[in-house]
Amino acid sequence: MSSERLSIEHLNVPLPLGADRRFAVEDLSLTVSKGEILCIVGESGSGKSLTALATMGLLPRNLGNPVGRVMFEGQDLLTIDDATRRSITGRRIAMIFQEPMAALNPIFRVGEQVSETFRIHTSLSQAEIRRKVIDLFREVQLPNPEQIYHSYPHQLSGGQCQRVMIATALALDPSVLIADEPTTALDVTTQAQILKLMLELRAKHDTGIIFITHDFGVVAEIADRVAVMQMGRLVEIGTRDEILNHPREDYTRRLLAAVPTLTPRKERKGLGNPVLVARNIVKTFTRSGLFGSGRTVKAVDDVDITIRRGETLGLVGESGSGKSTLAQCVIRLVQPESGDILISGGDFAGLSGKALREARRKVQIVFQDPYTALDPRQKVGDSIAEGPIIHGLDRKAAMARALDLLEACGLDRASANRFPHEFSGGQRQRICIARALAVEPELLIADESVSALDVSVQAQVLKLLADMQARLGFGILFITHDLRVASQICDNIAVMKNGRIVERGDPASLFGAPKEAYTKELLAAVPGKSWQHHASENEAGEPKLRKEAP
Amino acid sequence: MTRFWLLKILRTAPTLWFVVTFTFVVLRTSGDPVVALVGADATPEEIEQFRALWRLDDPLWVQYVRYVMQMATGQFGISYRDGREVIDIIAERVPWTLMLGLFSYIGAILIGVPAGIVAAIKRGSTFDNLIMATAVFGFALPNFFLGILMILLFSLSLQWLPSSGTGTVWHLIMPAVTLATFTAGTLARFTRSAMLEVLDKLYIRAAAAKGVGYWKRVILHALPNASIPLVTIIGLNLGELIGGAIVVETVFAWPGIGRLLVTAVSSRDLAVVQGLVLIMAVTMVLANLVVDLLYGLLDPRIRVQN
Repeated sequence: MSSERLSIEHLNVPLPLGADRRFAVEDLSLTVSKGEILCIVGESGSGKSLTALATMGLLPRNLGNPVGRVMFEGQDLLTIDDATRRSITGRRIAMIFQEPMAALNPIFRVGEQVSETFRIHTSLSQAEIRRKVIDLFREVQLPNPEQIYHSYPHQLSGGQCQRVMIATALALDPSVLIADEPTTALDVTTQAQILKLMLELRAKHDTGIIFITHDFGVVAEIADRVAVMQMGRLVEIGTRDEILNHPREDYTRRLLAAVPTLTPRKERKGLGNPVLVARNIVKTFTRSGLFGSGRTVKAVDDVDITIRRGETLGLVGESGSGKSTLAQCVIRLVQPESGDILISGGDFAGLSGKALREARRKVQIVFQDPYTALDPRQKVGDSIAEGPIIHGLDRKAAMARALDLLEACGLDRASANRFPHEFSGGQRQRICIARALAVEPELLIADESVSALDVSVQAQVLKLLADMQARLGFGILFITHDLRVASQICDNIAVMKNGRIVERGDPASLFGAPKEAYTKELLAAVPGKSWQHHASENEAGEPKLRKEAP
Repeated sequence: MTRFWLLKILRTAPTLWFVVTFTFVVLRTSGDPVVALVGADATPEEIEQFRALWRLDDPLWVQYVRYVMQMATGQFGISYRDGREVIDIIAERVPWTLMLGLFSYIGAILIGVPAGIVAAIKRGSTFDNLIMATAVFGFALPNFFLGILMILLFSLSLQWLPSSGTGTVWHLIMPAVTLATFTAGTLARFTRSAMLEVLDKLYIRAAAAKGVGYWKRVILHALPNASIPLVTIIGLNLGELIGGAIVVETVFAWPGIGRLLVTAVSSRDLAVVQGLVLIMAVTMVLANLVVDLLYGLLDPRIRVQN
């Protein structure tokens, strides 16, 4: 095929001895053509990122040398010498990464960092380079290109940093662009803009793009062809329509089924008394400046929320909207300036000292990152039992409760004697949930608790939360930036922007007929919303969202 | 920006006041200076005379206030021992310590930092192990012991270098090496860990993806980032260097302020001790200010905006 830009043939990337499998990538073959977007999808550990790194010659040193061929412009990228590689990477093949902030060197101005690509590969003068960089910034739609040129990475937002990275990658009009989860760390509206930008650039430059993602919504938005990977192997490859709507393999079907869609939860009757009533919560942060010249930011601005027994209230919004601050005010990890908090009818805002510690039992929180939320030196059973013991249960009874909870959360009772590092991310999040439920809270705060998990694991953890809620009847304050997840698990949803709740309602009416412009904007940004793979699987009568959002 | 630095400089005042007070309290509560100065066989009249002469018969708080006022105005007073201005006594010693310190400090940086970089990029190799073993040897060995070992080897056995005193450049070698060993060892170790951390960052990988060559990545992209924690260590190590100078100058009979401090303390020459301690404290405070300044230069995130 003459339009073929990059061809990976029988690629093997060996894992170090003692790993759970022999190859990180095993016998992988795929190609990307001119002007084509090939999406590689798979869960964490599927080898999709390592495939990209092997192509770029950037594999971590602890892995063995890759075997097979990666053919590009007549050369095998796996066997070229360093000098040849340096002349190809950055010029003919470019790469962008998942965390744009971390991919920029914090101590150099971003303009300099983009210029470096030109300095390495061309003999243009400083002034010409500068002009080209500013043109590139304009092309990737950065506001104020001149000013951005002189900015440092920490002065830019995540989305702006990713635009800078894209500008760097496109600097010398590469033949192939490898994008490794480039929008995963970004807000949903920023993600939508970056995806649109990539489509425009592809159309303009005819770049062949390998786009790695775990999100089928993103795949539905931009892919021409899709490769599904599992445990280092290619499961299947085909056009977007073939994979998303007519998958041949079971694994693909399972993955697709786990993808959350904007399907509202059925309305539930018989929710109990309020477990949380928060009124007029205000929290401002003052950036510390010298001599009181700091800036103040209203993180939470006069917010009211109510959650009843057994109810799940979703709090959605972009990063910086105040979702997490509100949650931390409710649990009083952050002290709000004003406002009333009633937990199960009792005052919570005014408590201090011992009374506060006792009341804390009623509110528990599950964080986003299950890797850092557990003490690595504490056995899982002990960490679950610790809460009940602090609140007065004797050790034996607390341990018995911990074991029951582990079982209820789908883990083996014997795992109580193991340490957190022996568990996967999803299992750790189950442990965190068990730990939170051990003190029998009336309100559970889930702060982006499923955001870091693979879709299949995400679905399991969401189901666990719903099951435990049905059994124990606690209320959930569910914070997420993912509207698809929110619509599935929440009874009611509040949309937050700049510290205020701009709109609230049940998922069906909120997402079916949003009133506020901001809600509409968020909905429009949800990737893959027009893709209806669930059409055949959904039970009859359940309301579905097609392209109702403008 | 100016206000930022003004505030930083103002903040050093309490530190210096604390040092001055601490020195005063410790020296006055650890025995009568007069007895040590005039000798145990002096008559009571002689002691009283001496007391009156140096106004040591005033109440303690009067002495304290007078002393703090003097220090604040930069008057270090007169040595009890030979009646010369303290400032003159110290001034003739400072260049020697400065010479010794500067040589060993720069030497330590020139050896320690590159050794750490090489160890980091050759991580796990024999080379790395060798460098790290040497570094541990460097900061584990007490410097008085190393000094004596060197005198035994190079002065007594081989007779290559003079064992003590000053005069030629050869006199400088052993004290400087002894003093530098500890700092170089510490620096090598910290450079290695700082570099390892930075080399693991995504932006180093992103630089490689742009086509930046290996050594450019190490020197131009990684080292400036790794130097931010290193500056802290280098600043703190100045204190080690001053402490080390006291020992090393004594071992090698080097006429610097370290040896002066030892003689002044043992002879209870209060004015000299107080002056020296204040000068050392000011040096440390200045070193900290320089470290803060360097932070700002190295790291735009720390630089004060507007």
